[in-house]
Amino acid sequence: MREIKSSVITEAVAVLCREANFELGEDVLAALKKAEQVEESPPGKEILRQLLENARIAKEESLPLCQDCGTAIVFLEAGQDVHIVGGDLNKAVEEGVRRGYTDNYLRKSMVRQPFSNRVNTKDNTPPVIHTEIVPGDRLKIILLAKGGGAENMSRLAMLKPAEGRQGVIDFAVKTVEEAGGKACPPLIVGVGVGGTADTVMLLAKKALLREVGKPNPEPEIADLEKEIFKRVNDSGIGPMGCGGRVTALAVHAEVLPAHIASLPVAVNLQCHSARHKEIVL
Amino acid sequence: MVEGKIAVSLPLSDGVIEKLRAGTQVLISGIIYAVRDAAHRRLIQSLDKGEKLPFEIRGQTIYYMGPSPARPGQIIGAAGPTTSARMDVFTPRLIESGLKGMIGKGERSAAVKDALKKYKAVYFVTIGGAGALLSKTIKKSEPVAYEELGAEAILKLTVEDFPAVVCNDIYGGDLFEQAKTRYRRGG
Repeated sequence: MREIKSSVITEAVAVLCREANFELGEDVLAALKKAEQVEESPPGKEILRQLLENARIAKEESLPLCQDCGTAIVFLEAGQDVHIVGGDLNKAVEEGVRRGYTDNYLRKSMVRQPFSNRVNTKDNTPPVIHTEIVPGDRLKIILLAKGGGAENMSRLAMLKPAEGRQGVIDFAVKTVEEAGGKACPPLIVGVGVGGTADTVMLLAKKALLREVGKPNPEPEIADLEKEIFKRVNDSGIGPMGCGGRVTALAVHAEVLPAHIASLPVAVNLQCHSARHKEIVL
Repeated sequence: MVEGKIAVSLPLSDGVIEKLRAGTQVLISGIIYAVRDAAHRRLIQSLDKGEKLPFEIRGQTIYYMGPSPARPGQIIGAAGPTTSARMDVFTPRLIESGLKGMIGKGERSAAVKDALKKYKAVYFVTIGGAGALLSKTIKKSEPVAYEELGAEAILKLTVEDFPAVVCNDIYGGDLFEQAKTRYRRGG
């Protein structure tokens, strides 16, 4: 049994909040640079150039990449041989988000009660926490700062099994087309297939954490990703909807077994400001 | 000034609005008001009650934006656009009340586009997710109203060469429709 102090977790989460909001990952930067080279539309190319410039300014000046510093979504992979000491794990994560967002001048975007008076909690809490118990004695923490614009355009469909592969592709493409310029393309399109209504969306969201453009190791799923990617980029939507060839930087699909009656599909959209960082304690 | 871009000084006159066509790239200078979701609701409530608005909306331009907090010594934090469509339900009423310009990101409703034509107003889009870059064009930020809303308070901003593109003009032109027609492949 290995002990990890809750205060160490708080500190780590606070650092991840800062890093995620000021520095785009190398994979995202590489994908944007490639997009800037292949984009044919002049406004699309100009926008991609400005996004790269934005990333440079954000990193150099510790300015948030985007004013929407997101909902803090925290994925914990806790080794079964880890013992958290010194306090409640979820509270430690929440405190990390509070400090990370407050100390680094990040925007606080959470409201306590969403359907009536919508009062801001003023510290970006609560975070969304997904915890998984895994073998080992380490604690992996992934923080995804998820903006509201792209999350709003995410969709779930419970397809009929007869709709099959084509149904999955059509639904994913339709979701991206309906999102248009609103979800801040070029997007990373997370597609979950299978499971249940609840697990399929989480699957789609976790797909966003994969290295940008790395195909699913399963050839049949990689083919599905490729076909959705082509259809989405044929839509003409382009960077910020201003027209062009690059509507998606990547499509990441993940699959789970499903009930004989079901073909759940979830599409979780990630804007080009794909902000996530991780640490292993 | 960048080549191929038109300088637009605020407030917008009818003469300038008549010249703006969907797809025209502009650099905006002057006063804009940062107003987003919660503040829109309050403005409409004030109009319903016949109250005076916290700023004179006639002739003005609204930016759909809620910035990240400024660090000490900074004018403003990151300051990119939010999704305009969420304001669609409120916008025609504000246009009727004299609003002339809107800056945001993404598509608008048919009702908003109709109001732009009917009352001579224009909708611009700017680069979503470029909050750090766009903050550099903001030279002054003053609170106007609803400070208790935090990031959703109304701000009066002075901008210089703020980059945007005309998205919907008074002639029914639509940047997004044009873009899709031009770059779409296949069915």
